[in-house]
Amino acid sequence: MSIQLKINGETRQVEADGDTPLLWVIRDELELTGTKFGCGVASCGACTVHLNGKPQRSCILPVSAIGESEVTTIESATTPQAKAVQAAWQELDVVQCGYCQSGQIMSAIGLLSDNAKPTDNEIDAFMNGNACRCATYHRIRAAIHRASEILEA
Amino acid sequence: MTTSMNRRGFLKSVGALGVTMVVGFNASGALAASKTAAGDVLSNTSADFNPFVKIDADGTVTVVVKHFEMGQGTTTGLTTLVAEEMDLAWDEVKVAFAPSHKNYINLAFGGQGTGGSTAMANSFMQYRQAGAAARDMLVRAAAEAWGVEASAITVKDGVLSSGDKTAGFGEFVNAAAKLTPAKEPVLKDASKFTLIGKDKLPRKDSAAKTTGKAVFAMDVKVPNMVYVTILRSPKFGGVLKSFEVSDAKSVTGFVDAKALPNMAGVAVYATSTWASIKARRSIKAVWDDSKADSRGTPEMLKEYAAKLDAEPTYDVTKKGDFAKVEAAAKGASKSVSADFFFPLLAHAPMEPMVCVIEPTEGGGLKVHDGCQFPMITHPTIAAITKVPAEKIDIVTYYAGGSFGRRANPQSDYHVEAALAFLALGGKKAVKLVWTREDDLAGGFYRPMFAQRAHIGIGEDGKVAAWAQRSVAQSIFKGGPMESFVVKDGVDHSSVEGISDTPYQLPMSLGLTDYESPMPVLWWRSVGHSQSGYTMEVLMDMAAEAAGKDPVAFRLAHLDESDEDQGRVAGVLKLAAEKAGWGTDLPEGKGRGIALHKSFGTYVAEVAEVSLNDKGAVSIDKITCAVDCGTAVNPDVIRAQMEGAIGYGLGAVMRNQITMKEGVVEQGNFPQYEPLRIADMPVIDVHIMPSDKKPSGVGEPGLPPAGPALANAIYAATGKRITKLPMTSNGIKFA
Repeated sequence: MSIQLKINGETRQVEADGDTPLLWVIRDELELTGTKFGCGVASCGACTVHLNGKPQRSCILPVSAIGESEVTTIESATTPQAKAVQAAWQELDVVQCGYCQSGQIMSAIGLLSDNAKPTDNEIDAFMNGNACRCATYHRIRAAIHRASEILEA
Repeated sequence: MTTSMNRRGFLKSVGALGVTMVVGFNASGALAASKTAAGDVLSNTSADFNPFVKIDADGTVTVVVKHFEMGQGTTTGLTTLVAEEMDLAWDEVKVAFAPSHKNYINLAFGGQGTGGSTAMANSFMQYRQAGAAARDMLVRAAAEAWGVEASAITVKDGVLSSGDKTAGFGEFVNAAAKLTPAKEPVLKDASKFTLIGKDKLPRKDSAAKTTGKAVFAMDVKVPNMVYVTILRSPKFGGVLKSFEVSDAKSVTGFVDAKALPNMAGVAVYATSTWASIKARRSIKAVWDDSKADSRGTPEMLKEYAAKLDAEPTYDVTKKGDFAKVEAAAKGASKSVSADFFFPLLAHAPMEPMVCVIEPTEGGGLKVHDGCQFPMITHPTIAAITKVPAEKIDIVTYYAGGSFGRRANPQSDYHVEAALAFLALGGKKAVKLVWTREDDLAGGFYRPMFAQRAHIGIGEDGKVAAWAQRSVAQSIFKGGPMESFVVKDGVDHSSVEGISDTPYQLPMSLGLTDYESPMPVLWWRSVGHSQSGYTMEVLMDMAAEAAGKDPVAFRLAHLDESDEDQGRVAGVLKLAAEKAGWGTDLPEGKGRGIALHKSFGTYVAEVAEVSLNDKGAVSIDKITCAVDCGTAVNPDVIRAQMEGAIGYGLGAVMRNQITMKEGVVEQGNFPQYEPLRIADMPVIDVHIMPSDKKPSGVGEPGLPPAGPALANAIYAATGKRITKLPMTSNGIKFA
């Protein structure tokens, strides 16, 4: 079926079965490959995108359920929170293999958009669904605090 | 940003860029240089020469990295070496992955591949030499043009200067490329280093990996490509008898389903990843399980236990004294006995296995992959597809983690991709995608290990007898690297970290192989992933039996006048000092220490844990001391220690692969729960200053993490954990 999708500020027409997870439409059809496939069961967060500005796992979200919602992927993350998070991530060299980091970053942007100065515990609670097998967590925590400082400045 | 470059791609790009100077090594290992542009006298970029450094006419320097990047920092590390010797501006150096070619061999393996924490160790001199040779040629060309002595020329941030003359490298590329590289270019003295050892040099892959622009093999889409997933036997060794496509035909995007030529599974082709995954669910296959492994974990455990009780097959320490030492240990007035068990572990890198095989004009193939072992993958794909190796290019992408999984001596997923490519007719590009379920059920696990130790303490408070027996499934036997690792029947990887312990111990060690059709593989730190745990928990138990402090007891078994043991003692003391070892801790907290040498690197770690009111454990902090020789990129070293500690902790806390009647019980991450941010302790890494040659850092941080945690939990709770994972053996984590 033909589905209209509001994504990254554009309206795109895609051909997909309604039960197709948003993740695969984004990756295979729209070729926005910054959003990753890690588990397919919303257990690792590599597929995190924003739906109306809130982090969502795109791997279990049927494309038919998106409707009028605005989808934002890492390629179009341009809010002040997004810029602060990416700058902090680069400053602290958080990444290792990097495969989960689009999802980590999209979650971190979501956190800071709601809570400009999260504590360690708040970071842990919010980010716990984003797995990183390289275990860059120690730096993720530090980078979220750093992004918070950048936003404050 | 890192780009991927295959050999033909590189040559083609030369024309577009004009004159390019390349410096590298030829097949005989000698430095060579070449100028590659049409009609040039030196366009001798023959099959025998590939670049390590290339300098374009506009002065852009690209370092060609022969080790793939799985997060361990090779794109930063190897680039640092060239940039240091060439005096480049760090932000301006470009990085490209090497094509699959024999000139890019890992000097530690003799073939092109990454693993065993060897990337920096084997590249350190090679990349510095390439950089120094390029710099020297550019300086000589400038000296000639300017009519000055080469010694009157300085280089800073990629700019040559002498008196009032300055020029970028690009200006002399043409002239420099005509010169012969020095046989042994003069390398910088360590005292002159500005990049090597710099505390924080920005990673080369940070920008791409924080903006979604980094390209992984999972992201590759080529024209006319079909996606394929494979329906495999639920049991190891099952063979496909028949299958029915049935409802898969009604899935939008389904293309076809074919039996793999080796009958290992059904390849399900579709026009998208999702369509292939969905169609696969509808396909019904019948398997011949007559040769399949149908055991469950309880049966395997019984077999391990029986082997542990029996006389060991191999006398690893070769003194013929096993029975005697074991009897002495058991009979000592102070003694320790313990059995250890380590489960199967999956690597579970974030990016599941994936590989694209694309036919090219002229009957060749392009393989798009986060390729860890081109030395195996390249000939394997050639053999299966019957395409001559010289017509196959491997294009290397960032790899989404590996932890050993992508370094497969059978090139397992490449074989599948090649078979799926052939089964569809060999004309269309195929993209093989593994799901997480495929990954966890896919074998190539860290083998199970069982250990039994008896230790007797002498009157002097030191170990008087140490008898240990190990049961392990060999990783190397039957594989292409067997002859390097297996000696007199003993697979060294089954006993590494024990048989070569730096401690001065009167040890007798026996080994028995466990045989199984289930494929096993190295997993971050290989044998050390369990021997570090066994040795360091045992040292703690022995220290307690001797009535000694764990640090003092370990030091008493090291001869610090020996360089190797001195370095072991060095990290132990550094970690203890930085962690405040010996200072009081409040009730409900515990501290544990462990150290281990692996891959030539020495690491000691102190874990600090606390218990909540329900007795659940939180890991508060790990203090780590590492001696890896010259610290080329201190921040990458810290990152690797942090990562290896996290990877190790997650595994010992709660990870195991178990089987029920031959079928893996862990379906996806919820049943193989990775370490999460809330589990992650504060990590404090200290690097021992050193001018020794660099050794690896990808793996050595892992072995001490588990035992440091176990020893800390013992200090806090009085519970010794000798069977893993901890959560299956009475430990709760907060």
